[in-house]
Amino acid sequence: MEQILTLAASFDWSPFWISLKTGIVATIICFFLGLWAARQVLKLGPKARAAVDGVLTLPMVMAPTVAGFFLLLLFSLRRPVGAFLYEEMGIKVVQTWLGCIIAASVIAFPLMYRNARAAFEQVDPDLIYAARTLGMPERKIFWKVVLPVAGPGVASGTVLTFARALGEYGATSMLAGNIAGKTGTISQKIANVIKDGDYATAGVWVVIMLVIALVIIMAINYISGGKNRRQNRW
Amino acid sequence: MAIEVNIKKNLGSFTLDVQFSAENTVLALLGGSGCGKSLTLRCIAGIERPDSGKIVIDGVTVFDSDQRIDLPPQQRQVGLLFQNYALFPNMTVEENIACGLREKLPKGEKHSRVAQLVRRFHLEGLEKHLPSQLSGGQKQRAALARMLIGEPKLIMLDEPFSALDSYLRWELERELLRTLSEFPGTVLFVSHDRDEVYRICDEIAVYKNGTIDVMGDKWTVFRHPETCTAAILTGCKNVAPAEFRDGVVLVPDWGLQLPAQPDLDSPTHLGIRARKLRPAVAEGPRTVAYTVVEEIDGAFSDILMISLREGKALLRWELTKEAHWAMKDGPQLVEIPEDAVVYLRD
Repeated sequence: MEQILTLAASFDWSPFWISLKTGIVATIICFFLGLWAARQVLKLGPKARAAVDGVLTLPMVMAPTVAGFFLLLLFSLRRPVGAFLYEEMGIKVVQTWLGCIIAASVIAFPLMYRNARAAFEQVDPDLIYAARTLGMPERKIFWKVVLPVAGPGVASGTVLTFARALGEYGATSMLAGNIAGKTGTISQKIANVIKDGDYATAGVWVVIMLVIALVIIMAINYISGGKNRRQNRW
Repeated sequence: MAIEVNIKKNLGSFTLDVQFSAENTVLALLGGSGCGKSLTLRCIAGIERPDSGKIVIDGVTVFDSDQRIDLPPQQRQVGLLFQNYALFPNMTVEENIACGLREKLPKGEKHSRVAQLVRRFHLEGLEKHLPSQLSGGQKQRAALARMLIGEPKLIMLDEPFSALDSYLRWELERELLRTLSEFPGTVLFVSHDRDEVYRICDEIAVYKNGTIDVMGDKWTVFRHPETCTAAILTGCKNVAPAEFRDGVVLVPDWGLQLPAQPDLDSPTHLGIRARKLRPAVAEGPRTVAYTVVEEIDGAFSDILMISLREGKALLRWELTKEAHWAMKDGPQLVEIPEDAVVYLRD
């Protein structure tokens, strides 16, 4: 009992806030980028579509540490892009919170993109054609017709993206490192305390992660049906 | 308000190649499924791009492959009513209709314009309903209102009744006729139903494999279809290849020989209208002996599939129940009167 109390009193909540902030910012970035990419890919012919689709899905399929390796190659201060960003604009990615965001965004992006694409493909093209013959501008058609109709798919994609960004470990640890209070996310915290044999703290974080995961699954189920749709049981 | 169309589009196994023009009339595009009727409408609306040709709506060239003109659908100002109406499922009836407004209007004016269309199409009380809460007829009215609020120069209807059951069809057809009579411009109407086409349209273009086979006013096309496709689509049930020589027509498929005075240059086929055949009591130049191969008991009329003498193909004969009963004991003779016969080209 006493042990739990001391743990609670001295508990460092910073990993939770860092993960949450990273997850939210990465989700916002992925949301717009994913929608845009999905829209652009649907304009392509079959061959170009397959190629671009492959590249955009890659981060989801390859090991996160491999993505981390490439991100390091790109943003390292000893590399042209990283050096340019730091010297010309004062932007540092490696070992910073910005690194957390970029790593999480890159890893989570395919989830948003693929879900958005699948949702867009489900939209009856006649709705879009009808909107065009009615004189609606393309931008308005996208935001007022396509997105709401594709809503459930896009929403569940967003939630999955958030979940993935929240728990990102591999690429984040390589690009942003594990600096307590700065880049130390929940996933990294768990790995770290386990390394020190502190299973009690690890357990608390594991429970927090499980609760978040459960909430996310419930959210997806709620969004993608159940409520308005007829339940088919078979 | 006129439209001129001259377009070609190759879709691999099938090529659309049509030329027609229409002005302030209701023109039906009549044809079987997959013959390019809907594709024609989509090319005019700008949803599909023809490979080559020219489309002029109301004096404005909206597509011209030589001059590299291809206006987007937004700028063509044509109304297209989709087969399934394509109402936006996420918007209420009111919002759907407001989407058809082409210019930006102040809120109050926008609202009154929408209200006006709501009244005209008897959608009062349904303004806040979603399309999923509407019946088939209400959906069609909402889609018509949405299409007409933007004052299109041309309206196009793509099988507007195909999604409805037959009773509702009739009701909506009357309504649509009223709407069309108030529309001053040209209307293109796609259908495969000859009765519907006859009731609604003034002119008919008969489609065959992506080309226009016959075009003319509806009376001419129905009475003198001229081609086999037009004859079949306008309801002639019996068509077969025929040989014509000095005053006589021979139809080997039916084993039939008749006196003939073709009203058409070099006919190749003969059509016989199933409803115009009559039972005969005595032999004559236009009577033939037959045997009944199959009897089909219809709801209001009976259909006999008959075989003449040594013919291999069957003739279809439709007659009222009363006429069928009356000839039960008579001789098995059928008269093919002059007005049952249509001379056709392939």
